[in-house]
Amino acid sequence: MSPKRRARLSQALNFFGPFIGLLLVIALFALIPEVQGRFLRFANFKSVATQSVIVALGALGMTLIIISGGIDLSAASNIALSSVIAAYAVNAGAAPLVALLLGVATGGLVGLANGSLVTRLRLVPFIVTLGMMGIARGAGKWIAGNQKIDAPMTWINDLMAKSPRPSWLLLAPGVWIVIVFAVVLAVALRSTVFGRHIFAVGSNEATARLCGIRTDRVKVLVYALAGLFCGLSGVMEFSRLTVGDPTVAVGLELDIIAAVVIGGGSLNGGEGSILGTMIGVLIMSFLRNGCTMMGWPNYIQEIIIGAIIVVAVTLDRLRHRKE
Amino acid sequence: MTDGPGAPPVLRMAGVSKSFGATRALDDVSFELRRGEVHALIGENGAGKSTMMKVLSGAVVPDAGRMEIDGRPYVPSGPLDGLRSGVAMIYQELTLAPHMTVEENVCLGREVHAGGWLDRESMRRKVRETLELVRHPELPLDVPIGRLSVGAKQVVEIARALLNKSRILVMDEPTSSLALEDSQRLFEIVRGLKDQGVSVIYISHFLEEVQRVADRFTVLRDGRSVGAGTMAGTRLEAIIQLMVGRELTELIPRVEHAVGEPVLAVDGLKGRRMAAPVSLSVAKGEILGIAGLIGSGRTETLRALFGLDEVEGGTIVVSGAALRGRAPWTRIRRGLGLLSEDRQGEGLALNLSIADNLTLSDLAPYRRLGLLRPALQRRGAADWIGRLQIKARGPAQKVGDLSGGNQQKVALARLLHQKASVFLLDEPTRGIDVVSKSQIYEWIGLLAREGKAVLFVSSYLPELLGVSDTIAVFHRGARVESRPAAAWDAASLMAAATVGRAPRAEPPSPRSAA
Repeated sequence: MSPKRRARLSQALNFFGPFIGLLLVIALFALIPEVQGRFLRFANFKSVATQSVIVALGALGMTLIIISGGIDLSAASNIALSSVIAAYAVNAGAAPLVALLLGVATGGLVGLANGSLVTRLRLVPFIVTLGMMGIARGAGKWIAGNQKIDAPMTWINDLMAKSPRPSWLLLAPGVWIVIVFAVVLAVALRSTVFGRHIFAVGSNEATARLCGIRTDRVKVLVYALAGLFCGLSGVMEFSRLTVGDPTVAVGLELDIIAAVVIGGGSLNGGEGSILGTMIGVLIMSFLRNGCTMMGWPNYIQEIIIGAIIVVAVTLDRLRHRKE
Repeated sequence: MTDGPGAPPVLRMAGVSKSFGATRALDDVSFELRRGEVHALIGENGAGKSTMMKVLSGAVVPDAGRMEIDGRPYVPSGPLDGLRSGVAMIYQELTLAPHMTVEENVCLGREVHAGGWLDRESMRRKVRETLELVRHPELPLDVPIGRLSVGAKQVVEIARALLNKSRILVMDEPTSSLALEDSQRLFEIVRGLKDQGVSVIYISHFLEEVQRVADRFTVLRDGRSVGAGTMAGTRLEAIIQLMVGRELTELIPRVEHAVGEPVLAVDGLKGRRMAAPVSLSVAKGEILGIAGLIGSGRTETLRALFGLDEVEGGTIVVSGAALRGRAPWTRIRRGLGLLSEDRQGEGLALNLSIADNLTLSDLAPYRRLGLLRPALQRRGAADWIGRLQIKARGPAQKVGDLSGGNQQKVALARLLHQKASVFLLDEPTRGIDVVSKSQIYEWIGLLAREGKAVLFVSSYLPELLGVSDTIAVFHRGARVESRPAAAWDAASLMAAATVGRAPRAEPPSPRSAA
């Protein structure tokens, strides 16, 4: 094979690799007679998509952070806190839109705090966000008085409805929100100066500084943006549960990170893509969905997803070595 | 105790070939290493030296050819096997564990123990003996490696190789990150190794250095061994000619240029890592060479100038206006550009493309309606690839795949691309091949001709003397002396750099920049 053709092939593999993984997972369950009838229905795909919304929104922001060479362990706590704030606002009589914006802004503020601490104190993101994980979770419980906040039903609760109204929407509004933001972020990462700067900071921060990139500003923006997405994710969590629950989404940050990594993100920074991350989210959702249909217990799902993470990253490394 | 020509060589490589895809990295290479000799392996980057050493260490399996150690066939299954057969590599990038102590590093993998319990006493004794052999008994055993200088780290690496009873030592560019003094000491150690019966394969771009330390040499070019001989009685010009395969009329091309009015004036600049405030000024079209040992404040001054280190005091005036901001981006906006001494760690993002690396400091021209247009970016980069004769498959190729010389040209092209008017070049020719060096000298000259100001930091005295208009010497954090380049010679530069003052070689005459 000529080097040119090989380069093109590896390029194609880079692009389609995650798709192949997703198709394999879908094909696997589609071939099992007990579940294939239920699994392959549009209604099922629709519910998988809806179930993916919360992780997907968190993973959009996490992709930016991981590409920039950072990590955010506070994502799940941030989601819980934001859901509590949104519920609190609705409960206090705020208009739904105001509650939604307050929830998103809360997430953004937590992200901004993460970014400022990372850049000002020169601490590793792992430590800063580990601390923030506890702070945000505790703040949520405090505000909620250590219990769930009930809130009257509003249109916010329709965002995650499995059967959307009007019905021509086909998918829950939350799913469309994810799709729109995914497209916007993918374009921003690939073809804006800001996107290029995120990659440069993650690839080699010293070089980025040398080239006059305001690395601290890039990082603060990235964490703040990711925080906004966690806030939106928290609002979706509230929409799904119809209550503000500060104990929700414990450990979800690891699912979010896993989705980014399965989608080709490197914890060393400089690598990752929105498309890959979204496929990573879907792979995990379809696995959960299929396993549940099979009646397999939860621990089987956990083992399978754990194995998938290791396999996905191993394949990724092998691919890189070949280049 | 070099054996006579009749004795069997310690190492013999014959007909060694290795291809990577379509590239023939080694083509029928032969090589002989005698006991107790220092053998220089010379060649441009990409000539096959590193592949040859990888074959020797066992990291790469050759397609064809034989290797013998002490007359017995040597077929290493991997680097560990090579090490057991007595072949040790001292790499350019040091391979020590920074948090562990000198003793722990020297003994790493060779710990003396009884049933798993470390025998500290005998280890310490052995390490002390070994440090004695490399003439550095003063090195503290309990200090973490990370706190030692690069020179001391190298000594520890060599000690580790000796403790492993290695008989063949491969030193790849051992002085490239050493200060002058440390280099001198290294030469003594290498000479000491000969007395121990250890053979050294010495790879270096510094030909004068090779001439001083090596007994014999082998030249590689395009994967072939094109010449070998004894160092004594061979002229450097002859070796260079073997390396490049053609007559090098002039290694340092002289580009005519005229010095204009001052453009950069630094007064009492004090950076966080600088020992003392520094003042200097550079004019348009002037190449100011900066000499000094590592740690003398040269690099630190450039970094403070560029805003990479915090500035604690002093003023910087560019084209008549004082610099205000602190961060590098404010300096770039005022026309400064810095080429880092650490090409792989800081200068370039190795896993990004050439196009990205080249244009990163100024992406504005490739933006349309807020969106970056990669096609335009690649076209812009391709232009510079052509102008600097960078050998690459195309602008989308990863910078990490290029040879050192071509990488450095990308780093220089970035400054040209961002239209810098004051060039701060920190060791721009470190670790790169002769031809790339010569091209970079020419570019520096061309920059001066276009009226740019150039600060040129280098540890390599011949290039400082050949390229600069003026040379300033740094010693212990201070600028001790500036003279026109013509009023310096290697000896006076060395003296000023090492003791802080220079004997007046000749009355300084204002040099017409011709």
